[in-house]
Parts: sequence; C-alpha cells; structure tokens
Amino acid sequence: MTRTTRRAAVRGAALVGALALTLAACSSGGDDDAAPDAAAEEGGELLVWAWDPTVEPIADAYMEANPDVTIELVNAGTGNDQYTALQNAIGAGSGIPDLAQIEYYALPQFAIGESLADITELGAGDLEGTYTPGPWSAVNQGEGIYGLPLDSGPMAMFYNAELFTQHGIEVPTTWEQYVAAATALHAADPNAYITADTGDAGFATSMIWQAGGRPFEVDGTTVTIDLADEGSARFATLWQQLVTDDLVAPISAWSDEWYQGLGNGTIATLVTGAWMPGNFESGVAEGAGKWRVAPMPQWTEGESVSAENGGSAMSVMEASENKALAYDFLEFASSGDGVALRLEGGGFPATVADLESEEYLAQESEYFGGQKINEVLAQAAGDVAEGWQYLPFQVYANSVFNDTVGQAYVSGTTLTEGLAAWQDQLVTYGNDQGFTVD
Amino acid sequence: MTTATPSPAAATPRRAPAPRLRSTRGRGRSVDRPRRSVLLTVLTGIVLLYSLVPLAWLVINATKTQGDLFSSFGLWFGDSFALLTNIGQTLTYDDAIFVRWFLNTVLYVALGAGGATALAVIGGYGLAKFTFPGKRGVFAVVIGAVAVPGTALAVPTFLMFSQLGLTNTPWSVIIPSLISPFGLYLMWTFAAEAVPTELLEAARIDGATEARTFAQVSLPLLAPGIVTVLLFTMVATWNNYFLPLIMLKDPDWYPLTLGLNAWNAQAATAGGEAIFHLVITGSVLTIVPLVVAFLFLQRYWQSGLAAGSVKE
Repeated sequence: MTRTTRRAAVRGAALVGALALTLAACSSGGDDDAAPDAAAEEGGELLVWAWDPTVEPIADAYMEANPDVTIELVNAGTGNDQYTALQNAIGAGSGIPDLAQIEYYALPQFAIGESLADITELGAGDLEGTYTPGPWSAVNQGEGIYGLPLDSGPMAMFYNAELFTQHGIEVPTTWEQYVAAATALHAADPNAYITADTGDAGFATSMIWQAGGRPFEVDGTTVTIDLADEGSARFATLWQQLVTDDLVAPISAWSDEWYQGLGNGTIATLVTGAWMPGNFESGVAEGAGKWRVAPMPQWTEGESVSAENGGSAMSVMEASENKALAYDFLEFASSGDGVALRLEGGGFPATVADLESEEYLAQESEYFGGQKINEVLAQAAGDVAEGWQYLPFQVYANSVFNDTVGQAYVSGTTLTEGLAAWQDQLVTYGNDQGFTVD
Repeated sequence: MTTATPSPAAATPRRAPAPRLRSTRGRGRSVDRPRRSVLLTVLTGIVLLYSLVPLAWLVINATKTQGDLFSSFGLWFGDSFALLTNIGQTLTYDDAIFVRWFLNTVLYVALGAGGATALAVIGGYGLAKFTFPGKRGVFAVVIGAVAVPGTALAVPTFLMFSQLGLTNTPWSVIIPSLISPFGLYLMWTFAAEAVPTELLEAARIDGATEARTFAQVSLPLLAPGIVTVLLFTMVATWNNYFLPLIMLKDPDWYPLTLGLNAWNAQAATAGGEAIFHLVITGSVLTIVPLVVAFLFLQRYWQSGLAAGSVKE
C-alpha cells in the first residue's frame, strides 16, 4: 500500500488555496471559454470529490504533467453519502467541488437539477465512439453531455469454480439452470447459497434491464414508470423462486459477512458489474484462485444479452469557476493517460480502444486462476442491451427500495407486490417533486 | 446521588463495591463480610462478559490481516500476528489521514471538553455560592436541559450554524461541545457541598477579592469535581459522532469516529477498497487514549463521587 505523500502537502496548501480560489474567482469573473489545453498550461487549482482509489494516482500523474495545476482530492464519502454531501454543498452554494465522481444511476438527478456543467462545447462533443454505448448513453442526458465515464459495469457472472466442481454442478448459462443449480448446491451443502441478496435496488434494476424491461421512461420532466412490464415480471417471477425456497443467502451486499461469504464458499456466484475483480482482489484474499468469470445467465438459451450495473462517471460541476481546466483533467482521467492507471488499479475501462486492445484481452488474471477474464468482460460490454433509462430521482428511488421491494425478503409479500408498492411510492414522490409522472 | 446513611463504615477505606447497597437495608450485616449471592454473581458475570467480549474481540482481531479476519474464528487469534503491520498501515494509509483525524479529535476534546469543564466549574460555583434573582429559574432551565439529549439538538444546531456560515469548520463541533448542562449541574451540587461557605466568608474578611478566593480557596477544593466533569465531557466529545456527522463534510476535519466510519463505508462500493482490518486497528487505537485517561484520572473520580455522601 504505497501512497504518495504529495497529497498531504496539497491538503495543507488547500486551506490557503481554497481562499485564494474564491478571491481569484471574484476578480476574474470566471474563464469558462478558455480552451482546456491552455487552461492546463496556465495552471490553477481543482477540487475533486472521488472515492475511487485510482483517482489519486491519476491526479498525481496529471500534476506531474502540468506542474502549475494543483489538485486537491477529497473523499467526501462513498456513493449515497457523497450525493448527500454534494446536494448539501449545492444547496448551501459553498464548498462545491470542481469535479465529482457520480454513479450513472445518480447522474440524471444532478443533470436535471442543473448542477452539472454541459461539457459538449469543451470537447466532449467530439468523443462519440470513444466509449462503449452503455456508459456513453448514461452521460448523455437530453441535449447535453454531463460527464465522462470513469468506468463501466457490464454484468457478468463471477462464480466460485471450486465449489461447483466439488459438488459436481454445472455452471449455469441460463436463468433456469441458475435456479436448478441453486437448489442442487444448497442441497449438497446447506451452508452454501447460489448468491446473497437481501434486496438491492441496483441489482434488481439491472436484472430487469437484462430481462428486457424498461420500467422508467424519461422525456424532459415527463416520466413514465411501469414496474409491471414484461421484463420486470420476468425478473420478479424468477427471483421469487429463489427467495421463497430460501436459496439466496440473507446477507447484505458489501457487509463484512458478505466479503467473508465470498471467501469461504458460502456465496457461490455473484452476478454483477465488471468492476468487481478489483474488489475481489482487495477484499476477498481468501478466494484467490477459486473464482472465475462467465457471461451472465441468459433468459433465452443461446442469446448473449447483458446489462450495466454500477459504474461511475466524473462530472464538471456547474458551480466550478474553472471548467476548462476541470474538463482537461477529466479528459485525461477518462480517456487519456489516466485510463492505463485505472486499469492498473483493477478498474474496468469504458473506452472502446482499451477494451479492444489485444494486450488487454490477453491479460491473464492471477486471482482468477490465470483466466483471461477481460475477454469475458469486454464481451459483456458489447452485449449490453440498449435503451435503458434511470429515473431523474433514482437516488431517492433506491433509498426506498428496501421499504417496498425489500420486504419480499423478510415478510410474506412477493417481489411483484413489492415492485407495485415501489412504483406507487415513486409516482407520488415524482409528482411531489414537480415531475409529471404516471 | 447521595445515600442518607450516616454509617461510619462508608467512611472507612474502600473494600468491596457492593456493601453500600446492602447496608441501607439495615439488617445488621457487616460491610466487611457481605452475604454472597449466587444470582448476583451470575448477573454480574453476564454483565462483565457483555462488556468485555466486544473489547476482547476488537483487540484480538486487530492482530489479524484482512484475509485472516474473515477466515478465522472471531474470538481467537488467526494464523498471522499482524498487529504491528496493521498499526503501521493504519497510521500511514491515505497519507496518514488517521493521524490527522486523531489530532482533530484531540483538538475538539481539548477545546470542547476543556472549555465545557471550565464553563461548568465557573457556572456551577457561581450558582452554588452566590444568590441572585432568578436563580431558581436558572436551576429549572439547567435541570430541563439535562433531560434533552444532544442528538435532539443536533439538527437545530446545524441549521443555526449553517446560517452563521460555520458548518464544515472545526468551530461547528467545538462550540456546541462547550455546553454541558450535566457538567454544570454536577459542579453546582459539588461546589455546594465541597466548599464551605464559612471558608469563603473567612477569605472575604481577610480581604481577598472574589477572583482570588475562587482561584486560591475554592479551586483546590473543587479539584475532584473538576476531574469528574472533565472525564465526562472528554468521553462525550471523544465519542461524539452525530454532531460532527451533520456539521462536517470535509474529511480533513473529521474526528476519529467519522473517519473510521468513512473507512468502513469504503468497502461498500465498486472500486472502493475493503480495509476492515484497518477499521478494527483504528478502533483499538481510538480507545487507547480514553483508557489511559481513565487509568490516570479514575482515583480522582472515585473520591469525587463519594464527596458529600457522608456527614463530617
């Protein structure tokens, strides 16, 4: 765990810097129109909010290349915590960073609130084709581009190969087989479960996405919610079998128990985003050599459909006084030299060039027993189904998921009932927020 | 707070902690030979286990690597003994931000708890030894304030500090910590008992100013009470979580409680690094100063709590 000491110095300077920045902003009146390259040469200070550990080496590399730029990196919390902090800062009108890491599901919310800068004119307009379609469509909101992808999360199935071999169970390729494998596995070893789930909005929406459901449709401020469409029903029916028969471990994702289960064979598979290998390596040392990656189970045999789960972009904040410089750093991090650093840190790229590079595809992962996992993951990136939209209040939606759909895991209600309750709550909330929802 | 037993035994040197309860029943049982009760012993044992097991778990698991943490039995040591490595990593991880959090906490405790104690001592002494109009009103307000938990005041305090533009600064944690109604009440009752009014009158007759009387006559007598209040406010400030949580958004100003939680939360997302072993080691390091403070100050505390409980 070697970390540079640069940040400490930056942190010290930042207090003074923040003040200087405010003063400078008052006098110059902002220089939004400056070209990003020139801005980098001119130098300046950037405040970046990100929780991803790979952003730090990227910032270091950028400062090395642009000695007059100082980047202060702040971990203002992870995911939801950071969105709350960001929302508070925006509301208070002070302490807003120049750049913030934002997950795709949360991006529409900040974009529609006009908190994010449209970076089309700064150069993002020319980047079409640089990124895979999933993340690219996620940062394109309406007419503007409100961020650049840091990573993406095309889904694949991570599985504990040792466990499957031990019990002589085939690795499932369809969801039907998945349920069969779940039954067989739990029968063979009562401690082992096919997966762990206690109700996770991100997972459920991604599953619906893969199943062909498009429950959220957004057109400006008009929102349609239909959590009973065919794809949603498909998911609810299948997953209900697993829940009813107690075939999923009642362990919440990301808890210490979860990490433990991934290591000790309690949790046999994980259908999740392609960023997962990094988390495996840092959090599940015990699972080294046991895990493998396969394409996501399919709804129809022989098909090859995937969806996105997680993944985040970085956005220039509308309140930033130095958007040109912020954009320059963003491009460096998102599609420039920063990508290589992210890959080194176990991230999954959103850039087409990297996903197609021979070298990348041929890499053998030691953790995954020498498997060329990037082949599987890059394939999944290409298989992501199109046309998915998140709600412009998805952060709220996810926060109430467990009160509604999550009830199916702990009480007698079904997932279908839960989805209906979720829909009711979302319609009410959306209308209260000034959207036209039905 | 006090028992009305004028038993001479209570004034004899300390022995077993249980006798006081018993002697009030007045069945003539000696304090030196309390009746043994299996039930009480078992209950005490359960309470002891209940309080010590988490601590034992914490200390034991601080010696494990991240991998060991998940694969070995929780209440016994794993294959590795990584305590020193863990401590080293905890102190250096993310550019030694843990040290920064530690210093922040010390700052909040020094200014917050220290200031709260000073205010409580001055206020409590004044209320105990001077009469002025509205004293009963002040008494009522203080007693009422003791009953309001700080958590309930956190949100209104936040809104107020937000108006003042003080959120996200150390002041937003320090200033609210300065107010300790319980400390004031404690100092008040303590001063009323521990500082004889006759002594003050003697000092005044000798021509000492009120300030000098306070500093040279009363303060030394108040020492045990001051330490007690200091311990209370120190622990409260050291462990304070909710107030900094809503006041601070800049990790550079986090106290240890928030920082450790941030580390814990780090494991919960894509791309985040799971560092449970550092969270655990950090927690151990966090309680060490409190343990040390208690070991150093507890003797004052004991004599402080006993003061005023017997007639001299």
